[in-house]
Amino acid sequence: MDLNYTPEDQAFQLEVREFLRQNYPKDIQDKVANGIALKKDDYVRWQKILAKQGWVAPGWPEQHGGPGWTPVQKYIFDEECGAANCLRTVAFGLVMLAPVLMKYGSDEQREKYLADIYNSDVWWCQGYSEPNAGSDLASLQTKAVKQGDHYIVNGSKTWTTHGHYADKMFTLVRTSQEDKKQKGISFLLIDMDAPGVSTSPIVTIDGMHVVNQVFLEDVKVPVENLVGVEGEGWTIAKSLLMHERTYIAQVPRSKKQIERLKKIASEERYNGKPLIEDQSFKAKISAVEIELMALEMTNLRVLSKISAGEAPGAESSLLKIKGTEVQQAITALLMEAVGYYAFPYNKVTMTQGWQEEPIGHEQAAMLAPHYFDWRKSSIYGGSNEIQKNIMAKAVLGL
Amino acid sequence: MNLELSEEMVMLQDALNKFLQNEYDFEKRQQISRNGIGYKEENWQSFADMGLLGVPFEEQYGGFGFGQTGLCVVMEAIGKGLVLEPYLSSVVLGGQLIQQAGSEAQKEALLPLLVGGELKLAFAYVERQARYNLSDVECRAEKKGEQFSLSGSKSVVFNAETADKIIVAARTSGDNISEKGISLFIVDSKAAGMQARHYETFDGLRASELSFDNVVLDSDALLGTVDEAYPIIESVIDSAAAAICAEGVGVVSELRQKTVEYLKTRKQFNQAIGNFQVLQHRAVDMFMAEEQMRSLSYLAAIKVTEGEPVGRVKSVSAAKVYLGDARATVGEQAAQLHGGIGVTDELDVAHYVKRLGMLNALFGDRDYHLQRFSQA
Repeated sequence: MDLNYTPEDQAFQLEVREFLRQNYPKDIQDKVANGIALKKDDYVRWQKILAKQGWVAPGWPEQHGGPGWTPVQKYIFDEECGAANCLRTVAFGLVMLAPVLMKYGSDEQREKYLADIYNSDVWWCQGYSEPNAGSDLASLQTKAVKQGDHYIVNGSKTWTTHGHYADKMFTLVRTSQEDKKQKGISFLLIDMDAPGVSTSPIVTIDGMHVVNQVFLEDVKVPVENLVGVEGEGWTIAKSLLMHERTYIAQVPRSKKQIERLKKIASEERYNGKPLIEDQSFKAKISAVEIELMALEMTNLRVLSKISAGEAPGAESSLLKIKGTEVQQAITALLMEAVGYYAFPYNKVTMTQGWQEEPIGHEQAAMLAPHYFDWRKSSIYGGSNEIQKNIMAKAVLGL
Repeated sequence: MNLELSEEMVMLQDALNKFLQNEYDFEKRQQISRNGIGYKEENWQSFADMGLLGVPFEEQYGGFGFGQTGLCVVMEAIGKGLVLEPYLSSVVLGGQLIQQAGSEAQKEALLPLLVGGELKLAFAYVERQARYNLSDVECRAEKKGEQFSLSGSKSVVFNAETADKIIVAARTSGDNISEKGISLFIVDSKAAGMQARHYETFDGLRASELSFDNVVLDSDALLGTVDEAYPIIESVIDSAAAAICAEGVGVVSELRQKTVEYLKTRKQFNQAIGNFQVLQHRAVDMFMAEEQMRSLSYLAAIKVTEGEPVGRVKSVSAAKVYLGDARATVGEQAAQLHGGIGVTDELDVAHYVKRLGMLNALFGDRDYHLQRFSQA
């Protein structure tokens, strides 16, 4: 066991650092550093820069445009991106759908979709959850009935992140009522501008609009938009969710957030001294750092096992739970660090930063909304209770 | 020993619950939170008519003498209804500062107006560098002849926008952190030299940043003895902290009921999710937290009424530690057990979760009160 990088890895680290320094747009960096809401253009702009460099899809095999990095290199890349406050690429196309198309899609589908995903020319969203199918995803009721060379789709999807930005949606639909519930599910690609598709915003606890409900009314979807075999969508869905869960752990981002927390705590004052010198506050930061330290090492152990392109197993559930717990603990401490200044709320500041003199610490107004909004992280991607069920069954054999 | 509410208190509670049912459903509450001033004048008049505004004050000033127990009953209802009206600012803080520090003339002039709904107050005590330390006061009032000149700034002053008078804690002598040398002044909300920046807060209330530039105050603006306000500020803040612990009990009891109801009705895996033991235990944890909070809230009310300082500090800080913990033990649980719908703006649950979470910072957070408890 050895945590030191080889000379090649060290060189790679410097190369990544230098690239980010020169190419990562400053305006986006400022937004991420200050917790300001991001827009579609921010994501697309950054992903196109990464695509041009050949680094937008570290998880893809080389034949499809992946950089061919070792697990250690991927880790270094993530680490450097976190340290530079990089915007995380949008997972739906690059991290979730693309591996599915590579494994289960047809040649035509790979030909048709992968390049647009790689170049961020098409924005994908995820149509999984339904109002009555959350933790019990397999109980989904959106129906797709085959008529000639089309499916006619009816139903509704919810919690659709950035559905209002999306050009296309990958969806789980029910193609058979007869089989046992997991069996009748298929994986279908739907155009968001197809007649019968509409989205309605859901405003979340932080007052922002990121998620949506999507309504599907007699939407005609060509049969060639089916991925894999009809009725085998559940297998695909599960492999995709494991990619999603691993993506959710976000160790480098949490490290950066702890840095941010320490900075704010050293700028806030208490009893005539910086808050960070307050013993009880310091101890709380340390407790989170210890959790994160363990998580980072566990993450590394999992990473070193996974060979390129392969979906991680049930350990992704562990990473998801611990990752989101750490993130949530940090958002709570950030909010606590600014004391009374967590109260002021200003929607314009949430999206543009302060346009006038800040009230309290410059970042304070974003911290309560983030804490409350981040409650979602232990709910999405399969709630943390569901992850425990998965581990109980798949790891412990209970 | 008797730990039941008196008949009068039960009547007060019933009247409040009726008001909430008829006048304060979630939709109406949300309209008020968006109306730009953060309360509804008709509701304030109803409070006056119901006698709520006189709950803690002595009868000679138009009050009912119900003391901290009365406040506890009112504030629990305020928590249940997520009531936005400036009761905490005006009655609990402002009115009690006048009752405890004021001269006979000040009490006679102001308290009956307050009780009748014709005068609203706010209390400016937070400063940028102070965090939760009530004696860290840099805002200064200098004596000039018979008058005082007030300069400095105050932060996160709840309901200052709609208050007629603002009570300001200012330093009249001593070091920046010394308890001695702090005085209270009653400042007219239209005083020349005062500037205000008003804003909404994350939990739907209104607050302001205030700055004072040589605001001239006549000698009758002084509330209480010069330099000696600290013990009164601490005791009124303790009363207010106990009051928001009661508010927290109201919030928590709504969250627990709504969550249990949701567990019974939401179906996944072909059954109500309340059938799952892992969720049942979490609902029970919420229930236990609620009962413990209620106990500490009652205890704090009793000890504040008794007035002995050590007992007061210990019980109020204990209740406040529990309230701080409730952000996680009840608020986070309620959101989690509701799933996605629990973190949407549309559902009332998220607004209870927000208020509960924000109460931690008000009058000192969990860490502050844990330390204060251990030192008392």
